[in-house]
Amino acid sequence: MGRIQLENVTKSFGDVEVIPPLNLTIEDGEFAVFVGPSGCGKSTLLRLIAGLEETSSGNVIIDDEDMTEVPPSKRGLAMVFQSYALYPHMTVRKNIAFPMRMAGLDEDEQEKRITAAAKALNLTDYLDRKPGQLSGGQRQRVAIGRAIVRDPSAFLFDEPLSNLDAALRVGMRLEISEMHNRMQTTMIYVTHDQVEAMTMADRIVVLQAGVIEQVGSPLELYHEPRNKFVAGFIGSPKMNFISGDEAAKHGAHTIGIRPEHTEVSTTEGLWKGVVGVAEHLGSDTFIHVHDTGLAGTFTVRITGDIAVRHGDTVYLTPQADQIHKFDTEGLRVA
Amino acid sequence: MAIVAQSSKLSNVLWPVLAWIVGLLFFFPIFWMVLTSFKTDADAVKPEYLLWFTPTLDNYLNMTENYDYWRFARNSVITSVFATIFTLVVGIPAAYAMAFNPTKRTKDVLMWMLSTKMLPAAAVLYPMTFLTKSLGLFDTHFMIILVLSLINLPIVIWMLFTYFKEIPKDIIEAGKMDGVDTLGEIKEILIPLAWGGIASTALLCFIFCWNEAYWTVRLTTTDAATLSKLIEGNRAPEGLFFGRLSAVSTAAVGPIVVLGWFCQKQLVQGLTFGAVK
Ligand SMILES: Nc1ncnc2c1ncn2[C@@H]1O[C@H](COP(=O)(O)OP(=O)(O)OP(=O)(O)O)[C@@H](O)[C@H]1O
Ligand SMILES: [Mg+2]
Repeated sequence: MGRIQLENVTKSFGDVEVIPPLNLTIEDGEFAVFVGPSGCGKSTLLRLIAGLEETSSGNVIIDDEDMTEVPPSKRGLAMVFQSYALYPHMTVRKNIAFPMRMAGLDEDEQEKRITAAAKALNLTDYLDRKPGQLSGGQRQRVAIGRAIVRDPSAFLFDEPLSNLDAALRVGMRLEISEMHNRMQTTMIYVTHDQVEAMTMADRIVVLQAGVIEQVGSPLELYHEPRNKFVAGFIGSPKMNFISGDEAAKHGAHTIGIRPEHTEVSTTEGLWKGVVGVAEHLGSDTFIHVHDTGLAGTFTVRITGDIAVRHGDTVYLTPQADQIHKFDTEGLRVA
Repeated sequence: MAIVAQSSKLSNVLWPVLAWIVGLLFFFPIFWMVLTSFKTDADAVKPEYLLWFTPTLDNYLNMTENYDYWRFARNSVITSVFATIFTLVVGIPAAYAMAFNPTKRTKDVLMWMLSTKMLPAAAVLYPMTFLTKSLGLFDTHFMIILVLSLINLPIVIWMLFTYFKEIPKDIIEAGKMDGVDTLGEIKEILIPLAWGGIASTALLCFIFCWNEAYWTVRLTTTDAATLSKLIEGNRAPEGLFFGRLSAVSTAAVGPIVVLGWFCQKQLVQGLTFGAVK
C-alpha cells in the first residue's frame, strides 16, 4: 500500500511562504511526477512527504494514517537523492544492507534481498567496492538498490538522473519505469526534464511558485492544458503564443499553437515569414521563423526533413482543430 | 622567466633554512630541559658544565622515590582521560545538532561559547575556590574532571562543528530515510565519517587537559594532584633545584610527547582536513 494525501499543506521558510495551502492525493501504485521551473517547490513538497521538512500547517496522510508528526525513519518511505547520498565509509553491500539492518531483518533474508537487488541492478561484481570506486551510473543504481530492498510503501525520487550523461539517463529512465511496472509500488518523481515527466508518469503534477497548476495524465496535459503556463511548460519545443488580432479572430485573448501542429509550405499559407535557424535532426526538423508579423519567433516542428535554409521565405498554416484558446487571465477557453 | 626561476631557486634554499631555524627555536627549550634533567642541581647552574658534564639519573630516581611521581601521573591520566571522554560525550551531540539542525541563533550560540574562553580565569579564581571548598569537592578527581571538561568544551565543540559541517546533509538525511533515529545517525553515520576529525579533537583535548595548570594547581593538594602540581611543587624561588625541576618537567611532558608522536599522522590529517578540502 502507498496512498499519499496532502491536506491543506503549507510550508514557509521564515517569512517566505514557499507552498501555499495545497491539496493532492497520490493513489496507491501510481507513478506521479512533479514538474515545474527551478525554485517552484518540487523538492520542498517531496521533502514534506518524506518528513525531512516539517509542514508549517496541514496534514500528510499515508495509507489513511496521519503522519504529519511522524519522523522520516518511521514513515516507511524510501528516497533516492540527486547526489546519491551513499554512505562513503561502507561497501556497496553494506550500503544496500543498511536499511534492512536498521529494521532488524535477519541476516539470511538480508543476503537474499541483496543478491536479488544486485542482480536486478547489475551490481553483483561491485558489491565489495566503496561508493568512491564506482561511476555515477553505478552509484545511482546502488542508491536505488538501497531503496528497493526495504520494500517501502512508496519511493521518492528527487531528480535522480540529473547528474548522469544523456545516454545513461535514457537507460536509467527505462529501468525505473520497468521497475515500477514490475513492483507496482507508488513512486513520486521530481524532475524538470519534461521528457522524463511525459514518458514515465501516470500522472503529472505541474507546479509554479508552490501552486499546483494542473494535475493530469501526460496526454491530458498535452492536449488540454488548463492554462497558458501548463501549455507552455509541457511540450518541446515550446508552444507558440499569439495575441492581438489573430487571436481575436478565434474569439480569444491569446491563442497557442504547438510547433508540431503547423504546416509549412514554400509556396502558400496563412502567415508568411523568413527562416532564421533550421535545426535538422534527421527524424525531425525544427524551423524558427522570423518576420511573420506575429510577435516574436514562431517555431515549427515537422517530421522528417525539409529543404529550407536560413533566409528562405516560408508560409505557415496552423491546423485549425489544434488551436488552444486562452482568455485574458491565461485560462483555457473551450 | 629568468626572474621566476631565480626566485624559486632562492626560496628552495630559504624556506628549509627558515623552517630549520624556527624548528630549532621551538625545540631548544625542550632540549635544554631534557639536558638539565641529567645534571645535579649544583652542576645545573655552573656555566662550565653547560654542555659537558657527568650525566646522572639521580633526579629521576629521587623523583620516583621521594615525590611519588606515579601517584601524580596516575591522577593526570585519570583526570585527562575522563575529562576528554566527558567532553566528547557532550560535545559530539552538541556539534551534531548545530551542524545539521541549525537555527537562526546557531551562530550566536557558537560565539557565546567561544566568548566564555575570553573570561580571564583569574577573575573567577576566588568564587571557584570558595564554591569548590564549600561543596566539599576540593582536591577531588570529580572536580578536576569537571573543570577540565568545561574549559575545553567550547573549543572541542567548535572543532567538531567544523568537521561535521563537511559532511553532506544528504547523507544524514538518507540515514533518516533508511530508518535510523538520532542516536543511530550519530553512531552509524556521523562518527564513522568524521572519525579523523573526532580523533584529532580528542587528542588535542587530552593534551590541553594534561598540561592544564591554573586550576589543577589551585584546586588540589594531594589526592587529585596532577603532574602540573608536581612541577609546581618543585619550583623553588631561589632557583637552586634546576636539575630536579627539569627532571620532573621532562617526566611530565614525556607521555604526551610519545602519544603525540604516535598520533602525528592522525593529528595533521585532522587539523588540515578543512584546509585541504
Ligand atoms: N532551507 C531553506 N530555507 C529557505 N528557503 C528555502 C529552503 N529550501 C528551499 N527554499 C526555498 O524554497 C523554494 C523552493 O525550493 P525547492 O528546492 O523546493 O525548489 P525546486 O522546485 O526543487 O527547485 P530545483 O528544480 O531548482 O531543484 C525556493 O525559492 C528556495 O529558495
Ligand atoms: Mg529541487
